[in-house]
Amino acid sequence: MKRRMQEQALHPMPAARPLALAERTRVLEVIASLHTLPGALLPILHGVQDALGYVPPGAVPLIADGLNLTRAEVHGVISFYHYFRSSKPGKQVLQLCRAEACQALGAAALERHVRQRLGVEFHGTTGDGRYTLEPVYCLGNCACGPSLMLGQELHGRVSAETFDALLEAGA
Amino acid sequence: MSVRVYVPRDASALSLGADAVAAAIAGEAQRRGLELRLLRNGSRGMFWLEPLVEVETVAGRVAYGPVRPQDVPGLFDAGFLGGGEHDLGLGLTAAIPYLKRQERLTFARVGLTDPLCLDDYLVNSGYRGLRNALNLGPAAIVKTITDSGLRGRGGAAFPAGIKWQTVLNTAAEQKYVVCNADEGDSGTFSDRMVMEGDPFLLIEGMTIAGLAVGATRGYIYLRCEYPHAHQALKTAIAIAYARNCLGADLLGSGRHFDLEVRLGAGAYICGEETSLLESLEGRRGQVRFRPPLPAVKGLFGQPTVINNVMTLASVPLILHRGAEFYRDYGMGRSRGTLPFQLAGNIKYGGLVEKAFGLSLRELLYDFGGGSLSGRPIRAVQVGGPLGAYVPAAQFDTRLDYESFAGIGAMIGHGGLVAFDDTVDMAAQARFAMEFCAVESCGKCTPCRIGSTRGVEVIDRLLAGEQPEKQETLLRDLCETLTHGSLCALGGLTPSPVLSALNHFPEDFTRRAKVAA
Repeated sequence: MKRRMQEQALHPMPAARPLALAERTRVLEVIASLHTLPGALLPILHGVQDALGYVPPGAVPLIADGLNLTRAEVHGVISFYHYFRSSKPGKQVLQLCRAEACQALGAAALERHVRQRLGVEFHGTTGDGRYTLEPVYCLGNCACGPSLMLGQELHGRVSAETFDALLEAGA
Repeated sequence: MSVRVYVPRDASALSLGADAVAAAIAGEAQRRGLELRLLRNGSRGMFWLEPLVEVETVAGRVAYGPVRPQDVPGLFDAGFLGGGEHDLGLGLTAAIPYLKRQERLTFARVGLTDPLCLDDYLVNSGYRGLRNALNLGPAAIVKTITDSGLRGRGGAAFPAGIKWQTVLNTAAEQKYVVCNADEGDSGTFSDRMVMEGDPFLLIEGMTIAGLAVGATRGYIYLRCEYPHAHQALKTAIAIAYARNCLGADLLGSGRHFDLEVRLGAGAYICGEETSLLESLEGRRGQVRFRPPLPAVKGLFGQPTVINNVMTLASVPLILHRGAEFYRDYGMGRSRGTLPFQLAGNIKYGGLVEKAFGLSLRELLYDFGGGSLSGRPIRAVQVGGPLGAYVPAAQFDTRLDYESFAGIGAMIGHGGLVAFDDTVDMAAQARFAMEFCAVESCGKCTPCRIGSTRGVEVIDRLLAGEQPEKQETLLRDLCETLTHGSLCALGGLTPSPVLSALNHFPEDFTRRAKVAA
């Protein structure tokens, strides 16, 4: 029993509350436009996350139905990939690189600064709802580290000072 | 005619402010009533000089860098549009030693051309390889690739020609070409640079692969951490379709090849080819048993060529210039060139394409200029997070696949991450185990559970709890991982761990002594 609870804690399958009408419409549009692709599940999940910022648990039964999969299969795919999220992120997602090339240039110290400055751990969202902090293993900017991606914008040679300036510019 | 000014659109250049520099140049030109044509090229791969601005002059392209927006008025004052002298001036781009000493075959066009201009691509030898391929039969194309000695550039270094031959030999209604663009190894960015800086090259290479094996459909599986590459590929593919470089009538030949980009979702394991295929099919990226090989039963159960970006990007030149031309570069069984990537704590980080056979030291010091911090380079991780940490004593090792295998390391995708003497190698070993735990697909028990146990064992070792016993246990665990994993993630995680332990044992005992 204890073990089962642990497993649930690791991979909870969130209760699927029905979606609000607007969200439901968006999800159904994405499914309708992509479901005939071979191997359509990842494109659909990307489409939903692009539209809503996350893949709400309430979208899972709709996607499962659209692709003739079980809810468990869809949930299994969402939970496998680090990029897909089941909860709403902050206004902007901040991906901080933790990989070796950035480590060689002080990523660990920058990571401490970022956590302290934002007051959140990885996967957390700041109290004002502005930023969600995510770890990322390589942004392909390895000659210009430490690197981070704010939304779709890549930043290189980030220091504590330039990070603070970035936050102030966005505030 | 107005002067052509180049400001890269490469993601690394953008990360250092290239867009702001481009805007400043356009604004300043307008203010001064000067006409210029601003082009957004790929990067030359000299990242310490980015944003690198180039101006076309009668003598050739003249470079300035690294340029900040506030430098722009001064550049105009110095007459940079005519190649005028300025503190940031670097002279002719082609004469910069870092570039001049390279052998750029695959990267011949990257940084030179407008990546999204098909005419620019055609003028610079683009689609010559495909034109030749259209005149050859499938068997002759495969033979050319085999004769060139090209081996898979993703890391495994399997001969590309043999893989293609297997797909060609396997009869099926539908075959596929899949490009592995899930460049997840830290310290690597050559795939990204080609996709952003010369996307038609990859499209042409995949089209040739399709003709060679009889595949009419291709997929590029791109990691979602590369939004700029995604945009570039989508745009280039649309242009290629509009100009009959993709679709039902390739260059008017009546031959057919369709191509599509698919995005990954942040799983490192999907760089492993069978996981990648699972992911493309819409499932969790869990590795498959082999056999059957993907070449026999790959995507959607059909024969599939699956190659890395660099492998496929090497193909057009081989078909254009011939197998011998390519094979004449390199040493031993490592033929051709490899675009090495200098990353981490290195003064002159960037892309260095050279024939196999130069030494690690030449790359690190002659090209890289030593560490960025100015301290001695203590270790270099070669070949990504699953690559060994190479100590300074082995820096004279030649960069070819066999020499590196000889010292228990691998070249992998050609990424080098340098660390100076402040690095804590025990922490790096611990990180390798931690990374394996985060990224394991969960199929093989040693990888799924052993990686977590590995972190714990290293922690106990560092805390000085019966260190000899912990070290024995760690080595035993690494052996289990090596032999008990289906793919390279579990199988090679011991490589960074044990190389750190073997070459830098003092880092593992220092803290233990303090604790004891």
